[in-house]
Amino acid sequence: MYTQGLDQKDKQPAAIDREETAEQLAAFQARIDAEEKIEAKDWMPEAYRRTLVRQISQHAHSEIIGMQPEGNWLTRAPTLKRKAILLAKIQDEAGHGLYLYSAAETLGVSRDQMVAGLLSGEAKYSSIFNYPALTWADIGAIGWLVDGAAIMNQIPLCRCSYGPYSRAMIRVCKEESFHQRQGFDILVTLCNGTPQQKAMAQDALDRWWWPSLMMFGPSDKESKHSAQSMAWKIKRFTNDELRQKFIDVTVPQAEFLGLRVPDDDLEFDAETGHYRHGEIDWREFLDVLAGNGPCNRQRMEKRRKAHDDGAWVREAAQAYAEKHAAKHAA
Amino acid sequence: MSGKEWPLYEVFIRSKSGLSHRHAGSVHAADDQMALDAARDTYTRRSEGVSIWVVRSSQIVASDPAETAAFFEPAEDKIYRHPTFYDMPDGVDNL
Amino acid sequence: MNKEGALLAYVTRLGDNALVLGQRMVEQVAAYPELEEELANANFALDYIGQARMFYSYAGELEGQGRGEDDFAFLRDENEFRNLLLLEQPNGHFGEAITRLVLFELFYLAQLEALIRCSDERLAAIAARAEKEIRYHLRHNTQWLVRLGDGTDDSHRRVQASVNELWRYTGEMFEADDIDTIVEKAWGGPSLERLEERWRSDINAILINATLVRPEDGGMATGGKAGRHSEHLGYMIAEMQYLQRVHPGASW
Repeated sequence: MYTQGLDQKDKQPAAIDREETAEQLAAFQARIDAEEKIEAKDWMPEAYRRTLVRQISQHAHSEIIGMQPEGNWLTRAPTLKRKAILLAKIQDEAGHGLYLYSAAETLGVSRDQMVAGLLSGEAKYSSIFNYPALTWADIGAIGWLVDGAAIMNQIPLCRCSYGPYSRAMIRVCKEESFHQRQGFDILVTLCNGTPQQKAMAQDALDRWWWPSLMMFGPSDKESKHSAQSMAWKIKRFTNDELRQKFIDVTVPQAEFLGLRVPDDDLEFDAETGHYRHGEIDWREFLDVLAGNGPCNRQRMEKRRKAHDDGAWVREAAQAYAEKHAAKHAA
Repeated sequence: MSGKEWPLYEVFIRSKSGLSHRHAGSVHAADDQMALDAARDTYTRRSEGVSIWVVRSSQIVASDPAETAAFFEPAEDKIYRHPTFYDMPDGVDNL
Repeated sequence: MNKEGALLAYVTRLGDNALVLGQRMVEQVAAYPELEEELANANFALDYIGQARMFYSYAGELEGQGRGEDDFAFLRDENEFRNLLLLEQPNGHFGEAITRLVLFELFYLAQLEALIRCSDERLAAIAARAEKEIRYHLRHNTQWLVRLGDGTDDSHRRVQASVNELWRYTGEMFEADDIDTIVEKAWGGPSLERLEERWRSDINAILINATLVRPEDGGMATGGKAGRHSEHLGYMIAEMQYLQRVHPGASW
């Protein structure tokens, strides 16, 4: 989900600047199989390192871009308490971005390089944040569904094979459950409120349900390249497994709220214990991933503007530090 | 346009009096004071710290994982450094 | 006006300052020059929102008409807000935002230190909590002003322009009206004259450290404390209060 790009084929050419012998690769795999953690300077296959850099930085970018749809409602939050809680949540997201950039940097890529990748449009972030937050109920839906889906993915990642990433994920998971509860709480209040508030909640669910399911990435039969990530314990469950788990857990929550999930084919199968669901519109998913979602341009423009507007500030801080380092050295 | 990014600092937090500082992650900052503030905001928002150390990442000297065997294994032979090596006779407490 | 009325108005005004400034800071989320600074800004905004809630809750109790923090924030009109004009000015660029914070927080910290010693226990307690927060803000923000003033030629020019532009809003902080006078005499609150002396000496030192020039005192803007605002406040209030106004009586 935040790691949708995982299923893409590694586009880098196979040639690398050092030899990787069969013995080294086997020894590495043995460590993974023994549930050992790989740390920053340990030997690792180049493809492992590159996959992690892409996955971790994509996850970090998602947190940063994710601040925007919710940030748009901060000034309009309907009570001071909701305003403060939403701000704390968004602050956590910035913090998660920081933990993740920090973990990625242990793999030899710099923050600047990663940020440049995001701003150029080359690096991906989770498609979910390309949808607009149109009402206050959307803030509830984002917490309940989007953070709910994120938690489903992040808990297994706490056991991922790469040490710095798994430790960052442990931190993230500790903070994430408040995020989902915050969203659900907003919807409980709306669903127990005026008819307009209840209609607002239903409308938000109608718009966020399918994009949330798409967060888990393409179906397993379309995900030919995740086998290696599973073997290296960077990915621990398949897309469909996580998506099914999310649906099974979330539909009863929608029933509790008195809301209708916008899927005519949704049906509980007593034999399997799972919900059967309708077909996902993968054209929409691919379209949004390709940059044609409702908010892709807007999200990127805001990020680029913040970065460009801040250049003079970053340079000033740098210049000041250099001037004063020189003074101390003299 | 200098185009240089702010240097990377590693962050160590002592979460409670009596414990050691533990590595928590890293931040970018232009100077030491900014690094301390950034570390506080990033790693101690939920009162997880009583003391913060920040160190320029470039100042950290680390053992080489490739040399792990030579660096660490000789100690494994010296089992008499471990308390379990010694059998204590029954009836003697506090040893 | 009696002393209880003055205390109520004074506490409400403190809440208005905190809310308006908090709202300005919240507008900057996801627009900051560096990720680490986003976290700092969010912390500061949370502090201000928290202070607004404490001041407004207390004001509601003093008033005794059943109004709570959200009634003060979302159901009063523009001319009922009594915040300083300095705080409702738009954020502008990072340098302007930092300059505004330093100019205000230097005063606010001193005001809070004085209020810790006032004779109203509750106000003193709120001031004690806020003072710890603002002390940290001021150090952080002052250091930024120094970095920008003594950074590059470009940053120096920009932040000098910010200081020049915002200077005319600093006088209002020290204008004593009836409310300030009664709070000083009857509740042991601060003397604005003494706060001004201290502020002028401290801001001089900060500006020198930042290699910035202190502007000449010209005409000072006034009116915020009496409910006569700039055009900016109306837009802020409209945005902030929108949901509560459109759905009267609803719970959120």
